[in-house]
Amino acid sequence: MSTPTAGLQPGIGLTTDRPEIHPRGVLAESLVMVRRNLRHIKRQPEMLMDVTIQPIMFVLLFAYVFGGSIQIGGQSGVNYREWLLPGIMGQTMAFASFIVAIGLNNDLDKGIIDRFRSLPMSRSSVLVGRSLAALLHSSIGIVVMALTGLVIGWRIGGGPANAVLAFLLLLAFGFAMIWIGIWVGSAMRSVEAVNGVMFTTMFPITFLANTFAPPANMPTWLRTIAEWNPISALVQALRELWDNYPDLAPSAAWPLRHAVWVSLGWSVLITVVVAPLALRAYRRRTTD
Amino acid sequence: MPADPAVEADHLVKTFGDKKAVDDVSFVVPQGTVLGLLGPNGAGKTTTVRMMTTLSVPTSGTARVAGYDVISQPDQVRRNMGLTGQAASVDELLTGRENLRMIGELYGIKPGVAKRISGELLERFSLADAADKVVKQYSGGMRRRLDLAASLVAVPPVLFLDEPTTGLDPRSRQELWDALRELVKGGTTLVLTTQYLEEADRLADEVVVIDQGRIIAAGTPLQLKDSSGQAAVVVTMSHPEDVAAAEAILAPLTGEVHVDADARQLTAPAAGLSDMTRIAEAFSASGLEIDDLGLKRPSLDDVFLALTGHRAESEPSEDAAGGSDSGTAPTEASTGKGNR
Repeated sequence: MSTPTAGLQPGIGLTTDRPEIHPRGVLAESLVMVRRNLRHIKRQPEMLMDVTIQPIMFVLLFAYVFGGSIQIGGQSGVNYREWLLPGIMGQTMAFASFIVAIGLNNDLDKGIIDRFRSLPMSRSSVLVGRSLAALLHSSIGIVVMALTGLVIGWRIGGGPANAVLAFLLLLAFGFAMIWIGIWVGSAMRSVEAVNGVMFTTMFPITFLANTFAPPANMPTWLRTIAEWNPISALVQALRELWDNYPDLAPSAAWPLRHAVWVSLGWSVLITVVVAPLALRAYRRRTTD
Repeated sequence: MPADPAVEADHLVKTFGDKKAVDDVSFVVPQGTVLGLLGPNGAGKTTTVRMMTTLSVPTSGTARVAGYDVISQPDQVRRNMGLTGQAASVDELLTGRENLRMIGELYGIKPGVAKRISGELLERFSLADAADKVVKQYSGGMRRRLDLAASLVAVPPVLFLDEPTTGLDPRSRQELWDALRELVKGGTTLVLTTQYLEEADRLADEVVVIDQGRIIAAGTPLQLKDSSGQAAVVVTMSHPEDVAAAEAILAPLTGEVHVDADARQLTAPAAGLSDMTRIAEAFSASGLEIDDLGLKRPSLDDVFLALTGHRAESEPSEDAAGGSDSGTAPTEASTGKGNR
């Protein structure tokens, strides 16, 4: 083992000597990453379309175009728009995976991750920062959804503690989705591939649930899939906690009858299963 | 007593699956000098640099940068080197200034100091006017200069550059070369990869030629060119009917002459300027009209042919010459990110 070389003191035409380097740890570095991502949004506000225009369009489409013909079984006087809103919020959170995957893939593609990895900073700051930024991004969507909902007649009826718990469940689900995003973003070789994979999986998954229509009206096999879909548990939990017509068909499957706990369980399970896969894919992509 | 070397590669090996991308590469770079890693696409240059900059872990062997081991002391290595990769790795949606400040923050350099260094670097690389523009609006040359500036935020004693001028126009290339020379003057040690013999020639004190992961030659640029045979004079005639007469003039002066009648071109070995002068005088005395008369220096292909007996397997796509020769430019390949 050789000793560090003494006397390396380059000048590059600068008035300063070599500056002191004091890496500041994961949290501070992650915040630098978050600020970077916020600047991206500032420079390209259209990046927010996925959590603003798009879900608002879904709300309007379903509330006013399809809503009239969708039966929320077993309950009388159901306000479909109120019933719909938790569904759209669940879908918006599921797309957090999309946001992470696209952003991460872009960074990997452009080589800026190599730049970060050549710095004496914590290895995990890039991912932690990306995840925080994506949660923030999706949360903007949730706020936009809530405001849109209030305008069209959505109300929170379950008391403040339950209301907060519902938002926390949404964030927990978003956290799980982020790992899927890191996995897909690291494994795919191009942004187009990420788009392809995410569109063909996330869209059907968010529709094959109780987001827009009650599973009770679906054919039996489809209904089973929809009722066991993690998004359905989340959405049902939100409807219960916000009191947005949560009544279920008597034959509803077990996960929907214990939606709050099941939703939390799904988020933990997805994280535990996908996080190692995601980290492995990311490491594979970056270390060779 | 001689100073410790700035960079040492110590039997570096990297295998991907059953393919040896880098096969037992060793070299030493003294402080304040420039090492050029020369080779075609896919030769293992980038992989070698990635191992030396802690981005990739060697399968076996190791390297030391500023005295620190890349495997056991990666963090110390990262504190003491800068890396300018093949793809200009700057953030397109930030301004030039924001990019440099972000790097400074990630190093944990005091904000005031980082601000001053960023400002000076922008000034130094002629980016002051564009400092507050989003990088998306930068030209290729500006991006490369910003990328270089980003590698210098912590004023590292050792700088790695992976094909720093690939894809740049001759003028931007020249500007970058000038900037790199300044750095070396200030005492920075450079390790750069290149596919251009000319680039290695202009910048490097020592050149290591890599082919298929192995070092096949090392030495000063002059030694390398000697090993790859003589320079040649290339004469292009204005009229096809003069080609035979031209051959008659050239043959006694140079010996063997290669004639390409379709291109109206004659190629013959020439040792240097005195040969050129004699040939030029002979032609002007003959009254034959010529389009062009120039010295063709050995290209990377020629070096490869001489060293390995096979051509560098890369597709020619870009003129690499800085416009200094009147004759044929070296025609080695460029482009390509996938040099792993």
